[in-house]
Amino acid sequence: MAEFLQFLFSGLTVGAIYALIALGFSLIYNASHLINFAQGEFVMIGGMATVFLAAAGIELPLAALLAVLLAVAVAIAIERLGIAPAKGASVVGLIIVTIGASILIRGLAGIVWDRNFHSLPAISGEEPLVVMGATLLPQSLWIFGVTGLTALLLWFFFAKTLWGKAMMAAAYNPLAAQLVGIDTRRVVLVSFALAGALGALAGVLITPLAPTHFQVGVMLGLKGFAAAIVGGLGSGLGAIVGGLVIGIAEAMAAGYLASAYKDAVAFVIILLFLVLWPSGLFGLRGIERV
Amino acid sequence: MSGRMRKAFPVVAGALAFALAGVGQAAEPIKIGSFLAVTGPAAFLGDPEKKTLELYVEKINAEGGVLGHPLELVLYDTGTSAKNAVTYVKRLLEQDEVDAIVGGTTTGETMAVIKLVEKAERPFISLAGASVIIDPVKKWVFKTPHTDRMAVEKVYADMKKEGITEIGLIGGSGGFDKSCLKNAEELAGSYGLTIKAAEQYGKGDTDMTPQLTKIRNAGVEAVLFCGFGAASAIVTKNYAQLGIEGRLYHNHGSCSKRFIEGAGEAAEGVRLPCAALVVADQLPEDDPQREVGLAYIKAYEEAYGEDVSTFGGHAYDALFLLVDAMERAGTADPAKVRDALEQTRNFIGVDGIFNMSPEDHLGLGPEAFKMLEVRGGTWKYLY
Repeated sequence: MAEFLQFLFSGLTVGAIYALIALGFSLIYNASHLINFAQGEFVMIGGMATVFLAAAGIELPLAALLAVLLAVAVAIAIERLGIAPAKGASVVGLIIVTIGASILIRGLAGIVWDRNFHSLPAISGEEPLVVMGATLLPQSLWIFGVTGLTALLLWFFFAKTLWGKAMMAAAYNPLAAQLVGIDTRRVVLVSFALAGALGALAGVLITPLAPTHFQVGVMLGLKGFAAAIVGGLGSGLGAIVGGLVIGIAEAMAAGYLASAYKDAVAFVIILLFLVLWPSGLFGLRGIERV
Repeated sequence: MSGRMRKAFPVVAGALAFALAGVGQAAEPIKIGSFLAVTGPAAFLGDPEKKTLELYVEKINAEGGVLGHPLELVLYDTGTSAKNAVTYVKRLLEQDEVDAIVGGTTTGETMAVIKLVEKAERPFISLAGASVIIDPVKKWVFKTPHTDRMAVEKVYADMKKEGITEIGLIGGSGGFDKSCLKNAEELAGSYGLTIKAAEQYGKGDTDMTPQLTKIRNAGVEAVLFCGFGAASAIVTKNYAQLGIEGRLYHNHGSCSKRFIEGAGEAAEGVRLPCAALVVADQLPEDDPQREVGLAYIKAYEEAYGEDVSTFGGHAYDALFLLVDAMERAGTADPAKVRDALEQTRNFIGVDGIFNMSPEDHLGLGPEAFKMLEVRGGTWKYLY
């Protein structure tokens, strides 16, 4: 039981991080039907910028906030300089633009910052809590809390505010949304900004557990993408559940199966879903997908 | 041609030839070729190597060069690509006509050029880690860095000394990790060790508690970590979180302050084998490596204002092994320098004391590694 619980804690912690990243994928997919492969780079920016701002003498909470704002600025730059000018290009073309952006950001990070790995102090220390024989770090609780709160705020934004409803409308039917006066281009911009903030938040939270470096976004981005596919692209609830499913599946595979196969678990799950259940757990089947 | 000129020509030509020969003799440089991963994924290795070579070629020339000739360094950046390495080594051999080559930051780049170097018959000292470079022995190929197998031997000897018999292994899926795990499995028996659990994690993983839980539950007295980079900090933190009893050993991939910074307090008590350079200031006064290491650290840090790394140390040893061989051979002739390199005895470098032979083109024993422990947030030299 202690063993199972230990695997579960590991899966939930990592899964909550995947969920935050997956939310970013879903937001942008909703607004523009494109997959933003630079999502992982926002995670890297969140961690690396916090590390370097803190090293420059800025208080940690302020450094984290500035790092999130930097990721938002980068996300807006991708949309303004990469996506918006290519208006009318195919979705595949735009996805390639995001891949290019991710390579550029990664390269710049390696030059502007460095190629070493860096850690941050945990928010509430590193003394593990013991729960029925399994150990849990306080940082994991922070990750659960922040991910849960973020999910609630996003739900409130989309369900209760005019802006959120306008974004949903633009996702369901861009033409009709435009006809009722919604500026769909602004909707895409806001979705990128939000996705940048979510990614960077994940980066700030995970760095005390797993050091950050300029290439950290590659695998985290892919796992977040897997989570978004499993949950159903475009579904907020799906992104959260998908993240937890992938995280727990990985931890259980590492714990109970041969650990060498662990890396493959996320990708086997994606393949199964793409073949058998392409709309994911919570995806809307009614919407035409291009 | 007029009659007068015809008469004058041999005289002028002779004078010219004499002048050229004179100039040539004084300035004829010994050309040392190099190809390093100054950019690309292995830049953290190649960059200090390049800086070290440039620094010491300049220093050697300022002191009168080698055998009265200045050294000329011809250096190319491979961008960590084995394909580029092949192109540049061809250029070094055919166009630049270098006398010897020092370089090859990674094992991939080194292995890709061995055929070329063997065919061109030029001495080549590699700066890459894997033992395949010199095992089996290739006539013209030497190397300076310790091998991963030596690191495992050093760790196992320490475990044996501590009376440990049952151990666990954990490593990643990369080439370095797999080679370390393979060596660890092969060598365990000869040190009386039983491997109760061997676990792997994936590229970019952020949590290894499931694997370490399995290792803990298998009942081990110590664990050897086979990996490097961010994973070294994650595994160490997870190890502390799970409260696993028994010592955690790392391999030499963690011999960097980055590891202690990344793992924080969890790093306390971790033991690992490192090059003497890492703890040069803690070595006993009578250790012959102390002086060499301290001098290199001082020169490098004065010149570049950054911390030395063991990787730059490999380039330092390679350059001076070559210079030493040229001085003993009394010439830069490739065949004679190669023979002299193979006869290197008691050469004190920053990586250890080199004793080469026709069977061993590395020449370092396991004693080249020093056993360290992390105490109070820094390295503590044990033996």
